[in-house]
Amino acid sequence: MIGALLGLGIVLRFPLPPSLFPMQDTTRGKTVYVKWCAGCHGDGGAGDGPAAAHMLPRPRNFTGALYKIRTTASGQLPTDADLMRAIDEGLPGTAMPAWKGRLSDGERRDVVAYIKTFSSFFADTSQHVAALKFSSEPGGATGAAALDTGRQFYDSIGCRKCHGDQGRGDGPSAPTLKDDAGFPIFAADLHQSWRFRGGGSAADIYHRLRTGLDGTPMPWFSDLIDQKFLTDEQLWRLAQYVRSLSPPEAPEVRDVIHAPQITRTVPASPDDSVWGRVSRYWFPLVGQVVRKARWFAPAVTGVWVQAVHDGHTLALRVSWDDRTQSPDSAWLGFEQRVLETVAGDDSAPPKAEPWPDQLAVQFPRHIPDGMERPYFLMGSETDPVYQWRWTSRPRKSVAGLARGIERFDTLSGAPAGQASFDHGEWRLVFTRALATPDTANEVQLEAGRAIPVAFFGWDGSSGEHGSRMAVSTWYFLALDRPTPPGVFISPVLAMLVTLGLGLVVVRRARRRGTAGAGRRR
Amino acid sequence: MGKLGVVAATGVAMLTLAGWMRPPLPAAQGGATISGKVKFTGAKPAMPKIDMSEEPKCKAKYTAAPPTDEAVVVNANGTLDNVFVYVKSGLPASYKAPAPAGPVTLDQDGCRYHPHVFGILVGQALAIKNSDGILHNIKAKGTKNRPFNISQPTTMTSERTFTAPEVMVPLECNVHGWMHAWLGVLPHPFFSVSGSDGSFTIKGLPPGTYTVEAWHEKYGAQTATVTVAGSETKTADFSFAAK
Repeated sequence: MIGALLGLGIVLRFPLPPSLFPMQDTTRGKTVYVKWCAGCHGDGGAGDGPAAAHMLPRPRNFTGALYKIRTTASGQLPTDADLMRAIDEGLPGTAMPAWKGRLSDGERRDVVAYIKTFSSFFADTSQHVAALKFSSEPGGATGAAALDTGRQFYDSIGCRKCHGDQGRGDGPSAPTLKDDAGFPIFAADLHQSWRFRGGGSAADIYHRLRTGLDGTPMPWFSDLIDQKFLTDEQLWRLAQYVRSLSPPEAPEVRDVIHAPQITRTVPASPDDSVWGRVSRYWFPLVGQVVRKARWFAPAVTGVWVQAVHDGHTLALRVSWDDRTQSPDSAWLGFEQRVLETVAGDDSAPPKAEPWPDQLAVQFPRHIPDGMERPYFLMGSETDPVYQWRWTSRPRKSVAGLARGIERFDTLSGAPAGQASFDHGEWRLVFTRALATPDTANEVQLEAGRAIPVAFFGWDGSSGEHGSRMAVSTWYFLALDRPTPPGVFISPVLAMLVTLGLGLVVVRRARRRGTAGAGRRR
Repeated sequence: MGKLGVVAATGVAMLTLAGWMRPPLPAAQGGATISGKVKFTGAKPAMPKIDMSEEPKCKAKYTAAPPTDEAVVVNANGTLDNVFVYVKSGLPASYKAPAPAGPVTLDQDGCRYHPHVFGILVGQALAIKNSDGILHNIKAKGTKNRPFNISQPTTMTSERTFTAPEVMVPLECNVHGWMHAWLGVLPHPFFSVSGSDGSFTIKGLPPGTYTVEAWHEKYGAQTATVTVAGSETKTADFSFAAK
């Protein structure tokens, strides 16, 4: 018997290359799982580990064998390669990190085998598991005709119902969305492809359209190709259109915002054409988890910042994606569900209220000489920070001193603030004189200095208010000096002098050469 | 082992054999019938109105009265609509369901599912029809069956089947959060849904003692035990109370 089993083992093992028949070990997989995965996904794989209660989206519940990122048909189990990809690369925009490099190949393979044991579907041999056949990307991705076709299908297959007219996840059905476990789920903001769970390339987007995201409201669209509603190429065009909504590369975080000096008056309006010509800087925001009430699900995931000055006044433009112009009664139910899902600090979740959207820009009161700066999280009692705060309702801007999260003392001088909301995007411009009379409390914005600056964002319709907010660390704002004319003239002068001297040397040498030749003759 | 033991064991073995050897029962022809009414007691709950302004095409289909949530539909005669009544247990292990005849159709019309509660046999085709011609997605959220989530942006029909018995598989549309339907997947055809007079009928049952369950999406499930023989008709009434 044993011999027969061994024989079978040899027959099965050796003719097959190891890649087709990997020796996965669920016992070893369990060891890896307990150490690295159970904290979020739970001992029993139900997505209910100790850390899960603060997360949105929640960690995957393995018991239902429902996976978003697959290469298989809607409702089919994922392939091992699909599970491996999620582990290797992580799921951007969620708490799931990439494990490639942290765990060995063997450990990751074993853990794949182990998580499959949480659902009986994987042991059911009648389950059909096969990756769909995907075509390769047609050329002409960024051509106007391709994008027009893509946009046409964006409308005709109803993407806007959830993702919104401009793709920021603000469609009419968005506030009603729940995942299969009943948790609130945001329609993806298609302007942030670097946060797409399954990757942000046009091919990744095409794959998600073909397979759908199981367990979420996102259906698959392969049926539509079979039923000739659209062609495979047209689905590719849609993927390329969606890709075109985000920047070509994931934004790089740079430390210093350069504010060039312009010769006209600074633009007070967020939609002034000047902003189209000024560099924008991306600053990621994260949940405030230092003080209670903590917030692990920040809705404002980052801000784009631009700045210009004219020698007298600074204009600072902050734009960010926000599905709602809060308060918005259509989102109150969603807000309540978000609070019930993630606001369980120690106390019962707060009741949803019609909070406004808010944004704060923070500076120290004085530009520091060294690297010493006030506490990034709204200063402290003894070392307050100077802030500009804007709210969507009432629509106003104030300045004041923050002494920690709880205390804000309004100052008499406020910056001017102008904001516009357009299809899921806020654009806000603060303008303020570089120099002000209240030099004790208000930062004096001097050109050529590194001025520390930080940002805070709140989405009222996601239940964000007070300490439930998104925060950044300190960055710098640098008001560029106008380039003095000398900068342009001196290189030319230097070149002329060099040329002149060179000519003198050459002439002398020639003269000498001629003289020497004469003597030799 | 005593003589009695041998007799008993032989008896059990013979009964088991008899059970195995019993020929497959005919489809729902002849046989016994269980019918009844699903009553409703207490105050009829007010169902919220559904705002379909986002879908003018659907909204226009409700000229008489605005559509309301279908979670509880109490009929004019005080009975409860949309109760799934089915044989939960009692069929012999050898029972083989007849080959499913044609698909069951689920229609999306006026941004609602028709029917709201219905049954299907394992392996039988479910034809999901979009009569509205606007975007619907149809998500099946079973746990014993693999789920699916289909997009239907236009007038079209998609077919799916279910592999395992499951009462109930929730169906929903995420574009229109109010659209819900409930599908009972069974290995036999002995199910019925209470209608607009609250009555249900299960026909063609082989003789036996059955556990019959009545399931309602809001009020849960109740069971009754019914024994039938030959081609007789037995009555089993259920009663759900307002909560």
